[in-house]
Amino acid sequence: MKKEDPDLLLFHAPLLRQDMTTPKAMRDVLYALLPATGASLWFFGLSAILVIGACIAGAVLAEWLFAGREARGRSLLDASGTLTGLLLGLTLPPGLPMWMAFLGGFVGISLGKVIWGGLGHNLFNPALLGRAFLLATFPIAMTTWVPAVATGGFFDVYPGNLALPFMQVQVDGVTAATPLGMLKFDQEVTPLANLAFGKVSGSLGETSGLLLLLGGVYLWLKRDLDWRIPVSILLTVMIFSAVLGLFDAARFPTPLFSVFSGGLLLGAIYMATDPVTSPVTPRGAWIFGIGVGVIVMLIRVFGGLPEGVMYAILLMNAATPLIDRYTQPRVFGRGVESE
Amino acid sequence: MKKNESYEEFIKGIWRDNPVFVQVLGMCPMLAVTNSAVNAIAMGLATFFVLVGSSFLVSSFRNWIPKQVRISCFIIIIATFVTVADYTLLALVPTVHKELGAFIPLIVANCMILGRQEAFASRYPTRLAVMDAMGMASGFMLALFSLGAIREILGDGALFGMNLFGTNFEPWIIMILPPGGFLTLGVILLFFNWFKLKKDEFLAEVAEAERSSR
Amino acid sequence: MTSARHTGTASPSSLRLVLTLAIAGLISGVAIIGIYESTLPTITANKARELREAVFKVLPAVSQMQALVHRDGELVAAEAVAKDEPVVYGGYDENGGFVGYAIPGAGPGFQDTIGLLYGYTPDQKLVVGMEVLESRETPGLGDKIYKDADFVAGFSALSIEPEITAVKSGTKSQPNEIDAITGATISSKAVVRIINETHADWTQRLPPPGAEPRLTETEPAGPEVER
Repeated sequence: MKKEDPDLLLFHAPLLRQDMTTPKAMRDVLYALLPATGASLWFFGLSAILVIGACIAGAVLAEWLFAGREARGRSLLDASGTLTGLLLGLTLPPGLPMWMAFLGGFVGISLGKVIWGGLGHNLFNPALLGRAFLLATFPIAMTTWVPAVATGGFFDVYPGNLALPFMQVQVDGVTAATPLGMLKFDQEVTPLANLAFGKVSGSLGETSGLLLLLGGVYLWLKRDLDWRIPVSILLTVMIFSAVLGLFDAARFPTPLFSVFSGGLLLGAIYMATDPVTSPVTPRGAWIFGIGVGVIVMLIRVFGGLPEGVMYAILLMNAATPLIDRYTQPRVFGRGVESE
Repeated sequence: MKKNESYEEFIKGIWRDNPVFVQVLGMCPMLAVTNSAVNAIAMGLATFFVLVGSSFLVSSFRNWIPKQVRISCFIIIIATFVTVADYTLLALVPTVHKELGAFIPLIVANCMILGRQEAFASRYPTRLAVMDAMGMASGFMLALFSLGAIREILGDGALFGMNLFGTNFEPWIIMILPPGGFLTLGVILLFFNWFKLKKDEFLAEVAEAERSSR
Repeated sequence: MTSARHTGTASPSSLRLVLTLAIAGLISGVAIIGIYESTLPTITANKARELREAVFKVLPAVSQMQALVHRDGELVAAEAVAKDEPVVYGGYDENGGFVGYAIPGAGPGFQDTIGLLYGYTPDQKLVVGMEVLESRETPGLGDKIYKDADFVAGFSALSIEPEITAVKSGTKSQPNEIDAITGATISSKAVVRIINETHADWTQRLPPPGAEPRLTETEPAGPEVER
């Protein structure tokens, strides 16, 4: 057993005196997500709490269940399970049955993190892995979007949320297409102001672009985030759509529409920057970000799906070890010519 | 004693040396055709027929087959049985044959079958070889069935095509798609290894307790 | 002849190796021919029955059929159809009166080739039925092109002039429109595209209404078995 306040601390180098630990970084991300989470409550009411809560419960249960005998309970303290659950919840449609959200959180942590050996060893972002699992498993429920502003008051829950475990959604609720879906399938463009403030349908956390940016700035000020990744992703996406716009402005989305629609901000700021699954070198971060941006645009513009942020980040996650390997800086004193 | 021996050869293939869960052989049909219990059983039966038939022949002729050409001979024998199984299924149950598709001819490439010929049938008397083949094939069928049943129950809400949960069941579509095969197999293997670990731990504890009590 | 004998090792002669393999191959060949010959009639009958059932499904009120091929500029009844020859099936009622064509078509779907058969009555210019013969579309989504009864029923009286269009579910307003399946737009559109393309292919080759080939006395053969 470890003492709460040990007399002698043993650490390996580097011995930095700074106030940055894993639990603290995780908590910072949680704080940064608070505005966007609050917005999801504002737009979707109690349903947001139900879906996000179910995700967190699933994630934390998996974390607790698969932890070793000694680590049980302690692994919960670093808040990484809670963060995965919250991030996953923010990517889900508001009308999703709670049992599916719970399953997503559970699978995300167990297949996305624990099975690799725990925090720091996983190849893929656990929240996105959980979402990919849900999308492949329940494609219809995961692409059924409800209108942003609930018709009733705060306590009106979307009927889908309360579906019994393993059962389908019974009642046909009102559905609404996402801005990207409308652009792809109906050639309708959503006004930019709605995108920025969140008056659109979509997943819980992706609707309000400005609040997501606000959280990103907070993280950047706290030095919890490698600014190169979101900046390179967003720049790539904007340049890509600007170039496409030169060919046919009517058919392709404008740069700002591309940035503010879908889950791009949520993914670029909070998921692509996951320190475990993104490259550690500055040059690697640029490559990673550009890769994500290009894949996102390729899927959105030329693919069969309206949105591709999730697959883009997962694919680049898989490329991260390779990027890290080829962008390692030269060790001081050893040059190219020394063999 | 004699009876015990052949029983031992039979039972080892089902549990202790299960070709799928322990030896991790025959993965191709394992992952490809287990999206329903019926397909899994059909594949299991076809493999059973091929494995038992070839083990019988290989063991019977083991003294006539020269060592240098044994692999070619095994393959000829296996391929013949596979072709027989292929045409028989096509004639008798065309719907099942359509589902299994290319994976019937591919039984010939199932390394479990060639492995049993090389490792067992070509070295042991016919009776033991047949018992061993039956055990291994049953173990393979058991594995196919457990995977097929899990995937059909979750992916379709049914078992052998019979609806289990009523019409409102939300199918887990991933389970009938190829990733579902990998996921299910992975979870089962996880369970087997965990079980083995616990068993070894338990045995070690017992041994420790015995030593200290002495 | 063989070096093994001279060196005195126990390895058998090449002749023996060759003979062993030859005998094994011979026995195997005989066995395979045996099983092929004995199962062929059943397999052929199965295929023919499957085809008949599909034709009767897409052409209501049909009780007899024959294979028709396009040879020398006209559509004629065929006794035997070569494997790659395009073929349509003529459906006839009990008295031998012509009802419509069952036309097979194939094309790329979401996953793999979709093969289908649709019934067409030239006098009304209507598609009267559609049956998917082979597809590997996503279970639960794309496979609704044959599992969704409403979608399949949509083909029971569908105008094909100028061509079929798939529209968003619930918005069908024209006789040549069909409601696409929600969540399986790509597969539904693939089915419609296959029918349109096949139809464009055949429409020139079909005789004017009333001049269809008569039903020949003999029951026509099914398609050639592939193996």
